[in-house]
Amino acid sequence: MAAGTSPASPVRLPLAKAVNAALRTALDADPKVLVMGEDVGKLGGVFRVTDGLQKDFGEDRVIDTPLAESGIIGTAIGLALRGYRPVAEIQFDGFVFPAYDQIVTQLAKMHARALGTIKLPVVIRIPFGGGIGAVEHHSESPEALFAHVAGLKIVTPSNASDAYWMLRQAIECDDPVIFFEPKARYWDKADVDPSGIPGPLHAARVVREGTDLTLLAYGPTVRTALQAADAAAEEGTSLEVVDMRSVSPIDFDTIQRSVEKTGRLVVAHEAPVFFGAGAEIAARITERCFYHLEAPVLRVGGFHSPYPPARIEEDYLPGLDRVLDGVDRALAY
Amino acid sequence: MTVESTAARGKPRRSTNRSTTTTRRKPRQPRDGMVQLLTPEGERVEHPDYALDIDADTLRGLYRDMALTRRFDAEATALQRQGELGLWPSLLGQEAAQIGSGRALRPQDYVFPTYREHGVAWCRGVDPTKLLGMFRGVNHGGWDPNTNNFHLYTIVIGSQVLHATGYAMGVAKDGADAAVLAYFGDGASSQGDVAEAFTFAAVYNAPVVFFCQNNQWAISEPTERQTRVPLYQRAAGYGFPGVRVDGNDVLAVLAVTRAAAEQARSGQGPTLVEAFTYRMGAHTTSDDPTRYRSDDELVSWEAKDPLLRLRRHLERLDAADEAYFAALDEESDTLARRVREAIRTMPDPDPMSAFEHVYADGHSLVDEERAQYAAYVASFADREEN
Repeated sequence: MAAGTSPASPVRLPLAKAVNAALRTALDADPKVLVMGEDVGKLGGVFRVTDGLQKDFGEDRVIDTPLAESGIIGTAIGLALRGYRPVAEIQFDGFVFPAYDQIVTQLAKMHARALGTIKLPVVIRIPFGGGIGAVEHHSESPEALFAHVAGLKIVTPSNASDAYWMLRQAIECDDPVIFFEPKARYWDKADVDPSGIPGPLHAARVVREGTDLTLLAYGPTVRTALQAADAAAEEGTSLEVVDMRSVSPIDFDTIQRSVEKTGRLVVAHEAPVFFGAGAEIAARITERCFYHLEAPVLRVGGFHSPYPPARIEEDYLPGLDRVLDGVDRALAY
Repeated sequence: MTVESTAARGKPRRSTNRSTTTTRRKPRQPRDGMVQLLTPEGERVEHPDYALDIDADTLRGLYRDMALTRRFDAEATALQRQGELGLWPSLLGQEAAQIGSGRALRPQDYVFPTYREHGVAWCRGVDPTKLLGMFRGVNHGGWDPNTNNFHLYTIVIGSQVLHATGYAMGVAKDGADAAVLAYFGDGASSQGDVAEAFTFAAVYNAPVVFFCQNNQWAISEPTERQTRVPLYQRAAGYGFPGVRVDGNDVLAVLAVTRAAAEQARSGQGPTLVEAFTYRMGAHTTSDDPTRYRSDDELVSWEAKDPLLRLRRHLERLDAADEAYFAALDEESDTLARRVREAIRTMPDPDPMSAFEHVYADGHSLVDEERAQYAAYVASFADREEN
């Protein structure tokens, strides 16, 4: 894709470039859209996701901010109150916590506090998840800490096409949206068709049909789940893979339909299992599908430990073998 | 600008103390650089940087604002004692800081208050009865911020200072002729959000006035627990001017805020105004200040009462007579009656309204829970019918 233009026909892009294309399109379409964060301007972001945007849209719209996460979100709120649509970047998952108060206490609640008289169309982009050999605080999956908070919407794409469309939809949404980008998948390529018609932002998607068990994943674990389905197929087991896409709200109808068909559900996410998204899914799917379930809903994910040093992160992450182990356990009931 | 405030724009002072020892120097004593235009005795004094040409009508208007605000505030405190409000944060003693700054603003300016800015709300035209809803427990903020360019009260300390700064960044982007006022207190000055707001405002030259009401107490903690230097001097470290004003002098507050707002509107960037005042009452109706401060202190500040000094000034000028004050008392009582009536007839919200406005674009979980709870509530009606 040529710099300075928005894509007009299907093009094969890595996920990071798809995010860039979505930002470019949004900046182009609406003068109220702003991109702000640490190093997003001249550098183009530490992952180069915002590469070239400041050059084309200027320092006034692609804003290098002081190194202060609460300040980024707090001022984004003020800009939104003034009528802007800020897309704020938090450089890494583990750096979001200085802004946690502004997100949870102010951003999430202000629309309700104002009885609907003001809107907070703020998008917070956060590269999340592990598997890139990083130092501490660069590999976390804090989505459940935000999903617990009413007023926020939380989505995460698993592929370049979703990254493009879901980010555009998030920017158009009048609610605060936290957009978790699976950083380990930034370089995965997929076709992006900017002339296509996207599905609903918060709809889950069956990405592989199957009959024996539903494997639910989102963000970085979707690729792992598809690999698990391939491996299981070789052993004669048919897995249905559902990409949840949205963590708040969760499209339980799609998950329910799949589980009613397969009778079994395994949820895989990188976040710690304890009080993670999988716990909520297990509770609700048990309630919705009690008489269809052949096995308890099982979860595969991170441990109740700090994210470990990079040399042992593959043990912590729900990789192919651990996901297949979860599948085997569910099938054994 | 005061000597102190211009220092912020001048060359940094080079320390002559090159000693590498770690001996702690005594904290610098605050110099009395406080801007004052009206003495506690009601005598008008001049300040070289803050000329104020003001007519008798305007003086009477400022007194009326302060008197009505004080009466409203007293009524709200009484309503809390009578169980009509769950809590009330009184502004008693801070009327001059709030009316002076509030009246310095233009309609296009925008205000981000704490939860104690009842006088500023009055200046912005927010109906006082609307301030009571959140303290009665019927809402979390009962007014549309955009109607009066007066944001909702913010309860978490200091958060709104960042919102004001971001809003001001937007004002600058729009090229609008407006200033943004960020209210906060001496306690909030310790919050990281306030420090970050100073940084953002400075580097983006945002048109924001940081208006700190230093009322000497953050619940039970004195200002000395928050800072070693006078608060207005913190501005210098961020590269914008800071000025301390007598916060019980409505004329000085008016003049200083007006200048700071004009600086902001004309592209000169932020200013920190420290209004040196005193919280005459408790932190809120739940607080007991007798546990942490002396009667002597209260008495010394009573002598500097913001209403008293303007009344003395009006009397010196023969600008207000007994009839004026009597009429104002009657107007105050009428306001109090209206407030009392409004609170007693304020309806509780529909329980189902908890599901409203959680999201602007909706959320399937909220829809589901709303339907479930509605069915649950309806089930009792069904049973009654059966």
